[in-house]
Amino acid sequence: MELLSGNEAIAQGAWEAGCGIGVGYPGTPSTETLEAFAKKEAVYAEWCPNEKVALEVGVGASAAGSRVLATMKHVGVNVAADPLFTAAYTGVNGGLVLLAADDPGMHSSQNEQDSRYYALAAHVPVFDPSDSQEAHDFTKAAYALSEEFDTPFMIRSTVRISHAKTPVNTGEKENYQPKVYEKDPTKWVMMPAYAKLRRVELDKRDAALSSWVEECPFNIIEQRETSKGFICSGAVYQYVRDAFPEASVLKLGVTWPLPKQKLESFANMVEDVYCIDEASQYLSSQILALGIELSQTPHPLPAAGELSSRALRLAFDDTEATTEPEAKLPARPPALCAGCPHRLVFKELARAKCIITGDIGCYTLGALPPLAAMDTTVCMGASISMAHGFELSYGESEHAPVVAVIGDSTFAHSGITSLLNTVYNQGVGTVCILDNRTTGMTGHQGNPVNGKTLQGRQTRELNLEELVKALGVEDVATVNPNDMKATRQAIKQALEAKDRLSVIVFRSPCVLLRDSFVAQAPYYVNGNCTACGSCISLGCPAIEKNPADGTASIEASMCVGCGQCSQYCAFEAITQSEGGR
Amino acid sequence: MTMPSIMRVLLAGVGGQGTILAADLLAKTAIASGLEVKLSEIHGMSQRGGSVTTVVNMGESVHSMVISEGEADYLLAFETTEALRNIHFLKPGGKIYVNDIQISPLPVLTGKALMPSNPQMRLEQYGAHLIPAQDLALQAGSAKSANVVLLGALSTGLPFADDVWEEQIRLKVPPKTIDANLEAFRLGRSCVQP
Repeated sequence: MELLSGNEAIAQGAWEAGCGIGVGYPGTPSTETLEAFAKKEAVYAEWCPNEKVALEVGVGASAAGSRVLATMKHVGVNVAADPLFTAAYTGVNGGLVLLAADDPGMHSSQNEQDSRYYALAAHVPVFDPSDSQEAHDFTKAAYALSEEFDTPFMIRSTVRISHAKTPVNTGEKENYQPKVYEKDPTKWVMMPAYAKLRRVELDKRDAALSSWVEECPFNIIEQRETSKGFICSGAVYQYVRDAFPEASVLKLGVTWPLPKQKLESFANMVEDVYCIDEASQYLSSQILALGIELSQTPHPLPAAGELSSRALRLAFDDTEATTEPEAKLPARPPALCAGCPHRLVFKELARAKCIITGDIGCYTLGALPPLAAMDTTVCMGASISMAHGFELSYGESEHAPVVAVIGDSTFAHSGITSLLNTVYNQGVGTVCILDNRTTGMTGHQGNPVNGKTLQGRQTRELNLEELVKALGVEDVATVNPNDMKATRQAIKQALEAKDRLSVIVFRSPCVLLRDSFVAQAPYYVNGNCTACGSCISLGCPAIEKNPADGTASIEASMCVGCGQCSQYCAFEAITQSEGGR
Repeated sequence: MTMPSIMRVLLAGVGGQGTILAADLLAKTAIASGLEVKLSEIHGMSQRGGSVTTVVNMGESVHSMVISEGEADYLLAFETTEALRNIHFLKPGGKIYVNDIQISPLPVLTGKALMPSNPQMRLEQYGAHLIPAQDLALQAGSAKSANVVLLGALSTGLPFADDVWEEQIRLKVPPKTIDANLEAFRLGRSCVQP
């Protein structure tokens, strides 16, 4: 028995099934799955620039005969939706399993979408594990089933499955022999004439899956007392068991297609049948569509956010008492690290009173006070395309300068096509690429810009400046973002050329990168401090404003010696300590 | 000490304080003591210096991997404000062990918010054990072992044998720091049970 996270269990299950190729793009809460898979014996795994590319690599490897694991977070499935919908037509050769990791409660995401709607829409069967053991078992089983039914399978996880460690009995590795690829354009070339034939196959497959799902051992009726019965899946099953240990439960391990007969027999078995959904109405809407009547909880369950056993109890009895939360505690939001190379870019863009279209990554924290230097964040790559949209809408009218801010990994993910569009359509404005040499927020993964690969193979670094020039941007600068004057000057120059498109590459390593960031001697505030508040406005977690007199002080143990703050001090009140660290 | 059917521990702190390592040690000790365990943590954006919580639920049969308001048997807090922030997750009569330090979040550092005044007094009203974990860690010989000091304090309320704890510490921490961590554990323990 091992204590594994759901992500580790999925990797283990895939490996045991003889999956030899893993692909994906990092995204919380999916990231550790591919990282764990990459460490298995005799496998190949790679980070791809984005999820669409990853799934396409996966479909190719499956066509050639390998068993493949593709991992991504829920919003990554949006990006991969194009190959997903048509891979459901082509089907597979070697088994193909896609992990879609949802984030109810939005712990680290921009929305709360439910990936099972993709399973439904694309006709791809989906497993919905309720703990790591099931994550392991379902993943392992999915490969043979994928080949049997000639379809990709989806594993839908949520943050509480992916990031909870629960006991797992692992198994033996199967000796999978890659299948032989045989040329068959009617299966693999999805032009209309062949796609129409595959559509017929897809409908036959749906019918076969509907029969299979009635017998699938992953859908389990647990008969206990019969006044209340709960239909549920995933983490919600655990909350139901805690809240109502005596109630009967239909635990759905497969949430598309649904087992109509099993649902009906469960509904007939209990007096009141409830379907418990978390952060979406997927399950209840599909069950209602099958014509099964559901009872309403006496008090409504929350529509948004995560459920809990208490939320379930409250839906039946809202008189449960608890301790009140403590009032008036200061919030503790996440913040850019001390020495973060993104800080001064936001400070200077705010100073220049820009409209700043932002993107997805650590640097989204630039939206929070005191920097408060971001106007929009929507999805990966949107900073550049939205900036173009702002410029189009403003046209010739007087307006604040529009600047897009995007990280290196995000730029490689889907910023390149956005920038190409702006160039192609003769757009204007400024794009800042914050190249901190890593994919920061998800835990420092390799990407094409830093030239690091998942399994440590040698590769080349993407030359951002040359790429941007090749796209057709003439005005390209490279700046050290820890240098306030250089940063200010570069932004000023770019903003002055209103009729041009310019790109500034701000390059400096993330302070958490142990192999490339070197901390310097810390700074301290000397007696010259006039309490002007200039350094405080940088929002560095190492700098504190003294509540009594407004002067600043620097916590030496947190300061990494970047010297950003000293450049903002007009009174020479911030000095570096002697010696090193 | 008899083994209750379920024990829920909420670990609360600030991103980067080592709550996950402490939770891992606790989980392994519970498993080695024959219990089923579920451990839940959150990665990603919240780790950048924000509030973090980790949950360890242990018992003969464990379902939920999280803790709702009013359910925690134990709150192990790595900072006083985070202890107060999570106090309503504790069930009546639940035990609280708190690292007696205050870490100011960014809104306080920039002068936009205030720290609670005298959180120690408020926590003592809840019956909290305040642990000078930082000082005890230094005394034990490793400044980084404050989380193990706190585990030592927590261990006084849990039905696990000392040698099981110590075995797990030996297995988990870097070899050079084993002695310091074992001492940290003992100091945390004797801080609550002299």
